[in-house]
Formats: sequence, C-alpha cells, structure tokens
Amino acid sequence: MATAIYVVATLLGAAGAAIGLAGMLGWAWTVDVAWVVPLGGLALALDRLAGLFVALVGGASIPASIYALGYAGRQRRGAVAWVTFIASMLLVPLASNTMTFAIAWELMSLASYVLLVRRRTIESPQAGWVYAVMTHAGLAALLSGMLLLGAWTGSDRFADWAAAAPTLHAGTRSLVWTLFALGFLAKAGVIPLHVWLPLAHPAAPSHVSALMSGVMIKLGLYGLLRASFDWLGAGPVWWGTTLLLIGAVAAVGGVLYALVDRDLKRLLAYSSIENVGIVVIGVGAALAFRAAGAEALALLALTAALYHVVNHAAFKSLLFMAAGSVVHATGTRDLEALGGLARRMPWTAAAFFVGSAAIAALPPLNGFVSEWLTFQALLQNVHLADPGLNLVFTLAIAALALTGGLAVACFVKAYGIGFLALPRSTAAESAEEAPVSMRAGMMLAGGACVALGLGATVVVQPLLAVAASLVPAAAPITVGAGLTLYVSGGFASVSTAAVAAALAGALALVLGVLTVAGARGRPRRYETWGCGRLLQTSRMEYTATAFANPFTRVFDFFYRPVRRLEIEAHPESRFFVRRMAYANPTRFIVDDWLYGPVDRALRATARRAAGLQSGSPNVYLAYVLAVLLLLLAVA
Amino acid sequence: MIGDVTIAVVHVVIMAAGAPLLVGALRTVKARLVGRRGPVPWQPYRDLRKLFAKTPVVSTTTSWLFRATPYVLMSTMITAALAAPVLSSRPPLAFAGIILLMYLLLVGTFFLALAGLDAGSAFGGMGSSRGVAVAALAEPTVMLAVLALSLRANTTNLGGVVEGLAHEPLLAANPVHLLAFAAFFIVMLAETGRLPVDNPATHLELTMIHEAMVLEYSGRHLALVEWASSMKLLLFLTLLANLFFPWGVPAVLGPSALLLGALVLAAKLAVLALAVALLETAMAKLRLFRVPELLAGSFALALLSVTAVFLQR
Amino acid sequence: MFRQLRLAARTGIVTEPPAGQAEVARLGEALAREVCARFGGSLHIRQVDAGSCNGCELEIAGLTGPHYDLERFGLHFVASPRHADCLLVTGPVTRNMAEALRHTYDATADPKIVIAAGDCAVDAGIFRGSYAVVGGVAAIVPVDATIPGCPPSPAALLAGLLDALGRRR
Repeated sequence: MATAIYVVATLLGAAGAAIGLAGMLGWAWTVDVAWVVPLGGLALALDRLAGLFVALVGGASIPASIYALGYAGRQRRGAVAWVTFIASMLLVPLASNTMTFAIAWELMSLASYVLLVRRRTIESPQAGWVYAVMTHAGLAALLSGMLLLGAWTGSDRFADWAAAAPTLHAGTRSLVWTLFALGFLAKAGVIPLHVWLPLAHPAAPSHVSALMSGVMIKLGLYGLLRASFDWLGAGPVWWGTTLLLIGAVAAVGGVLYALVDRDLKRLLAYSSIENVGIVVIGVGAALAFRAAGAEALALLALTAALYHVVNHAAFKSLLFMAAGSVVHATGTRDLEALGGLARRMPWTAAAFFVGSAAIAALPPLNGFVSEWLTFQALLQNVHLADPGLNLVFTLAIAALALTGGLAVACFVKAYGIGFLALPRSTAAESAEEAPVSMRAGMMLAGGACVALGLGATVVVQPLLAVAASLVPAAAPITVGAGLTLYVSGGFASVSTAAVAAALAGALALVLGVLTVAGARGRPRRYETWGCGRLLQTSRMEYTATAFANPFTRVFDFFYRPVRRLEIEAHPESRFFVRRMAYANPTRFIVDDWLYGPVDRALRATARRAAGLQSGSPNVYLAYVLAVLLLLLAVA
Repeated sequence: MIGDVTIAVVHVVIMAAGAPLLVGALRTVKARLVGRRGPVPWQPYRDLRKLFAKTPVVSTTTSWLFRATPYVLMSTMITAALAAPVLSSRPPLAFAGIILLMYLLLVGTFFLALAGLDAGSAFGGMGSSRGVAVAALAEPTVMLAVLALSLRANTTNLGGVVEGLAHEPLLAANPVHLLAFAAFFIVMLAETGRLPVDNPATHLELTMIHEAMVLEYSGRHLALVEWASSMKLLLFLTLLANLFFPWGVPAVLGPSALLLGALVLAAKLAVLALAVALLETAMAKLRLFRVPELLAGSFALALLSVTAVFLQR
Repeated sequence: MFRQLRLAARTGIVTEPPAGQAEVARLGEALAREVCARFGGSLHIRQVDAGSCNGCELEIAGLTGPHYDLERFGLHFVASPRHADCLLVTGPVTRNMAEALRHTYDATADPKIVIAAGDCAVDAGIFRGSYAVVGGVAAIVPVDATIPGCPPSPAALLAGLLDALGRRR
C-alpha cells in the first residue's frame, strides 16, 4: 500500500517536471475556480518563473520518491504526508492569489511538520516545535505583507499587484518588501532566521530532508524573487545591498558552522544555509544592478542565482540521500563513529563523493558553473559608479571566495572522515550497501549533477529566458564555439566541456607516457606507516573534531567556544587524578545575541502578563466592563 | 589548428620539464646562501627518474582514491598549464580566467587532502586539516588580487589581462599594481607550501603541512605528486611574472617570438625565484596559528588594491 | 632578516672536498654496479636508530651541515621510509626496536639497500652478548654495506656512503 503511494508520488513528480518544463519554455496557462477556496477562489497561473520552480519540485521528487521506496517503503505512516508535501510544493509556485498561496504554503508546512516528527526520536519535539514557530512567524510576516499589498492595490491577485506596482508609494513598497523578505527568508533559512534548519534536517528521515533542503527552502527564494521583481516593481538600491550583506553572512556563517559539526546531517543542513546565502548574494546583486540601471547585469546575476537554485537541489538531495543510506546501514549520524565506508558501501560512497565534489564547486561539475556565474556577475560591479556599492560588492566577492575554500574543507572532512580509512565503530564495520531503490535514487541525482555541469551551455538558455521574464534586457550570456559560455561580450568565458576534455586528455597522456616508459608495475600492499608502531587501529586516525581544529582556532571570535575542564582527583591527594572530562563546544552567536534575549524578554513579559490572570471572576468581569467602556468611547 | 596544438605542446613541455629545474635551482641557491655547495640544479630530474623505477607501496587501509590522486593531480596541473598564459597570451584553453584556474588547483587540493585522510594515520589527517585550512584562507586574497588587475583590463580572461596591461608602460608605479603584487606574492608562498608558511624540507611531522599529506606515497605515485607540486610553484611564479609584468608575452607565436618569450620568462622567473630563495633563507617558519594572521594581512593588501582601483576611476 | 643574509654573504661556501678513509664491506660487485646504476645520482636515506647511544646520530647529523654537505652528491635525508631508498641503521638492535626496524624495512619501497653505520650496527659492538640486544642489524634485516667506527666520523660516513654507492670521490 505504501509502495503504491510512493509510486504515485514519483508519477506526480514526473508530471510536475513536465508541466514545469513546458512553462519554462513559454507555455502559459491560468486556472480560476471560484468556489474551491474561500475568500478569493482557487487561482493558478503558470509562467516561466513558476514553471522553473514546478519543474524543480517535480524533478527533485522523482529520485527522492524512488529512494523513499527503499528507505521507508514498508511503513504506511508518512506516505500520505509525502504525497501531500509534494503536491503542495507543486501548488505554491502556481498560486496566483493570496488565499491559494497561503493555503498551499500552509499545507506544505503542515505536511513537512508531520513528516519531520514522524520518526519520534528524542530530538523530534524540539525540532518540530522550533520549525512550527519559525514557519508560522514567517507566515505571519508574509500574510501581513500580502494583506497590506492587497489593501493598497485593491485586489488579491498577483497579476494585479504587478500592474499596480509603479503607483505604489515608496515607503509602502519598502515596508511590504521588508515583510516579504522576512517571511520568505525565514523559509529559505538565512542567518539569523535559520535556527529551525539545523534542528529539522537531522531529525527528519533522509528522503524528507532531501526534499526539504533541496526544494522547500527554494520556495522561500521563489517568493523572494516574486516579491522583489514581480509584485513590487522596481525598488531602491538598499534592497540589493541588504540582500548582498545578508547573503554573504549566511554563506560564510553557514559553512563555518558546518565545518565544526560532527553530525553528518546537521553538517549538510548548515551547508544548505551556505548555498542559500550564495543564491541570496546573486539575487541581491541583481536588485542592486537593476536599481542602478544596469539591466543586462541584473539579468546575469539573476541567471546565476537561478542556476545555483537548480544545482543545489541536485547535489543537496544527492548528499542527503547518501547520508540517509549511511544512517540506514550504520544507525548513526556521528562522524566520529563512521569511517571505512568506501569499501563497505561503494555506491553510497561514490554518490557522496560526486555530491561533495559538486558542492565544493570543483570543475567541471555543476556547482562550479553557478559559482562562476555568480562571481562574474559580482565582478562586473565596476560598471557601477557608486564607491559604496563597489565596496559592498567587493566584500561579497571576498565572502564568496572564502565560502568556496571553506566548502572544500568542509566536504573533505565529511567524505574523508566519514568514508575513508578504517571504521571507527562496530556499527560502521558492519555496514552494508543500500538496497537497489535507494541506489537508483542516488544515481539519478548524481547523473543530474554531472549533466548540469557538462551541459552548462544547454541549461543556461532556458534559465536565461526565465530570468528575462523578470528583468527584461539584452542577454548577457551567449554560447559560442566549443560549448563555451561568453559573458558580457569578452569579459569572461568558460567551457566545462573543454575543461573535462582537457582533464581526461591529460590523464590519458600521463597514463600513456607511464605505460610506454614501463612504469606501471603493480604496487605492493603493506600497512600504513606509523613510525614503526606495532598496531594500526581506528583510534590512531584523525577525528572530525581534530580536523576542524584549525578553523575553530582561527575563527574563535565567531565560534566563541567555551572550554570546560573537570578534574576529579582522589580524595586523599589532588595529585592523583581519577577522572578528567574535557569539552569545548562552540556557541551560536545568533542564539546568544538574538534568540536568547528575545526568548527571555518574551518569558518575562508573559510572567508579568500572567499577573492579569488572578483567577477571580469579579476581576474578569471588571476587565470586560473596562474594555466595553473603552470601545464605546472610541467608536 | 596546428598552431593551437603546437602552443599546447609547448606549454605542457615547458611546465612539466621546467618545474623540476625551478625547484632544483631554488634548492641550490638556498644551499649557497647558507654556505653549502648544495645539490646541482638538475637533481630533481635524477630523483624523479629513480622514483619512477621503484615499486610503490600502498597501504592496506586505503581506497581507490589514494591511488587515483597522483594521476588526478598531474592531470589538473597539465590542464592548468594549458590554461595559463605561460608563453603566449592566447593559451590553448583561451577562455580560462583566474576563477577557473584557482578551482582547478582546488580539485588537486581536494583529492590530496582526501588521500592524506585515506591512509588512516594521524600525520596524514593533520596534513590534510592544515592544508585545506591554509588553502581556504588564501582563496579570498587570490580572487581579490587578480580582480584588481581584471578590473583595470576589463576582462577576467587571463590572456586578456596580459594583453590589456602590456600596453601600459607605467603600470609598475601604480599603487594598485604594487599592492596586488605584494598580496599575490604572500599568497603564492602559502599555496605552494614555501617558508614562512610551510617548510618543504622539514623532517618533523608536527611542522609539516603539504609533506604530511604525502608521507604515505612512494615510487611513481610520489614522483607524480612531487612533480605536480613543483608544477604548482612554477604556475604561481609564471602568473606572478606574466600577469604583473606582462611584457614579452606575445599573442601570436612564431619561432622567434617563442624563443624571445621563453628567454624573457626565464629571466623573470629567475628574479622571482631568487626573491623566494632570499626570503626563505632569511625568515623562519611561522607558527601554524600565526599563518592566518599573515594571510589576513595579505587580504588587507588585496582589499586596498581593489579599493584603489575604484578610487582611481 | 637581513642580518642572516649579510652573514651568509660574509661567510661564503665552506664545504670541504670529501676525504677520510673507511673500510667498507660490500656484498658483491654485481650488486654494487646495480646500486650505482640505480641510486648513483640520487639516494634518499632514512636514518633508523635501533637503540644506539646517539653518538652515531650526532656524526650523521654533521653530514647535513655546510662542511660535509652530503646533498651535493645527490644524497638526501627523508622523513618517511616510503620516500627512502636506503635505510641507514645505527645501534645494536635492542629487543624493543627489533620489530620496529622490521616494520620500517617492510614499509620501504623496493628496490632498497640497508647500510649499517657504526660498530654497534655491524655486530652489536661493545653491547655484544647483552640480554637487551638482539645482535647487529644483519640479524633483523638484510644488510648491503657496513661502515665501521665508534662512532664513524662524518668524513668516514661520507666516504662509506659514496663507496657503497660505487661512486668516485
């Protein structure tokens, strides 16, 4: 029964992908059914941008559903929520009035909440609670914005908002944009609104994490794009610079937290924050360029952001699926207990390796292409004459470069400690490869990563068309001979196909020369060199915490670790130590400076307000009388 | 077509054949500076030839990645040789910019760091951890330093930067140029594992960064890894020479232009190598946790350089 | 920083030409020719202390200094036996170091040679017969050449190394 439901989910995904592709290529339709949804009716509209995100949701659902067949196929619980989740995510980009959007959005949140707490582990309550609070806080901001905009333009349909946008007062526009940005960025998970992500992704089952991280947070970015480019018309330049700075902080902060994490899935969750930050950098650059009048450059930045959205869906779902396979086989997410899986689970290891190489932006895979495009978009800020803007862009470039390097380090750690050398626990020792359906899901996503990288010239054209529907301008990217992408005339160019060919050719050259020279004898196998020690065990290997130590030290102003050392000595003499406990956990700035004080303030206010509830009915009647008199006076 | 193939062959041959000579010459000069006769400058060729004839030993705890890494490293270096403006400002991979080049080198770093972890020894893990830390912290500086040049030449294409700057005779006096050169020089020391960041001749594992990652390699694997790392040094010095002092890098290669270009490149490399040798002899290795301060300083220089570009417009 | 460079400029090159006699026992001319062909231009040495009193180590350390400078002959000390062609073993092999020496030998890539430096390495020297000592290096790993002395001076070591390689001085 559950298997059938997952198959339905796969087909639904395929249908979504097909519709979305058609939408991207220009097919547009609308559906209006007045009675299905109260207060406005069901209104769906397919255009290029909606088509991209529908295709994204559908495309990512296919490997995830196939994977889920093997991971959770036997359990009936969660299957219906899964289909609801996918269906609601397909509806969100298509929604074209307030009520439809709100219902689809809320359905998506509810379905993901149900899936999140499905496993009922020790972390589920807190993960579910924080997720519910953040998602509804975001919804509150969104609805406020939508209702305000609806009140001021007199209609609740998005198309009407786009038409009325130029007549909006500048203050109104910025207020509404701020509300939308808060709401959508909370869903997307940028720092400081990210607190639900690192709790939710590890607690959720892996196929759910794959979709949550791969496509659900992208719908937050979808909303941001709609709000910034479609509903509100042209905005001031501070929208762009704010997003640039927020994106830079999210990118660097996300990868820094990922670097010190020993939980495999939480590491991937923080890495999602990093990649969302990169997309937000692209969106911010596009807004800044548009406000400064450089429409072609805005188009370039937007295309780069969209490409990264697609790429991240591909490699993040791949990584989460591989991580889920590891958890399925070993029962643990702790990197300090893994290791040696490359031999025991070769398919999973290969999938995680491809995902790691893609997310570390190594050429010629897909992550490289979108990061390259983002760099090129940022580099062209020289065409803007404002020194303040130039400085912000330069900082964003530096942040992006730092993120790229740190992401390489992070995924060396994740793959190296998790999969290489000797297993660090009996659980890892007894790991077995995942079942066929899980492997099939991973292979599909892996193939997508490679195809999106090598086929950059093919992929960029429809993305350019989608972006052009939001920012009409002359195309800044052209495709040239040898599958080369040319940016802004001669400013920059790249060809992943040529790089791949050069790498393959160089490899063939090296192997050929060595074979001809006769230097290809079989190696001798012996144990690892350990300075002559007699035993090689997993206790001698580097640990994940040790690997991250240089970063913990260099960035200690960010991590602010708290060293705790407890020494328990013998009662008769303090020189004989019985037990020592050492811990050096990192603290989270956002929790300490933002959520901590807010939480304390809320509780203090609640305690004060509890004084109102004295329990005496006489006092309550007095309240009723007082409010009644007040209302009569005001009305 | 024939011209392209010729240039490709010439680039690869110069990079592959010249790299061991550069490293050997550096060792000889450093030895002379401390009063020793030192090895002959072509000693690395003898070392490589001997290593290729040995049977490699591979650890039983490693996976396919360990054996693949030396070949991947060489392939990325050869591809980087095809992408860099070594002798001609129209290299075979003509579209290459600094971003592609840096990420190609990161492919090598990625594989080598994983190979260090693969053997399961503490030395390899330590080398990987420190190696990726230094590489990550050096990235922003590289991007910004070459960005400063790209902004003035209005292209990120390396060949385009060379051609664009070759028309400006007074650029050496421009603060943008000097600041970017200083920043890139410091970051070159970090990326190629030279003093004061990393001592290439140390025997103490606790002081190693790059060497610790290759402690397990032997035979032809070691030969390929060492060769690739000497090619990395040559690549960085070539970039320093040709991007910052781009005279003598012709666009069209005839036989006379080739010879002249080779001579000019050799002269520039000799000056830069001498500077590196002097610096390595005079300075002691920095404590590992002082290296980020050095890299932050070079980042500040690069940031100043980019700011100067914007202020000069 | 510049003080170091000024000092270097003032001092100049102090390397001495190799002198000194050494009685080197080599195993066979054919093996010597093969060793010379393979390692004549470049020999990477890993020094192994198999329980020595460190007298030989101090003399070996002098080889890397400016006066004896073994690098000019293509010899080079390396940190890992995987990188090495030659194991330069000192000390009578104590019982605690026997296994470690064996591991080091096995960890070295083929082809390799073993040179025993110092009287202790040759036949346990003055520690011969002790309960803590297994007996010269040849008891654990096959030895290709020996350099006697207690300790052998750096000149003797250098002469011995070059002779073992079949190189002219």
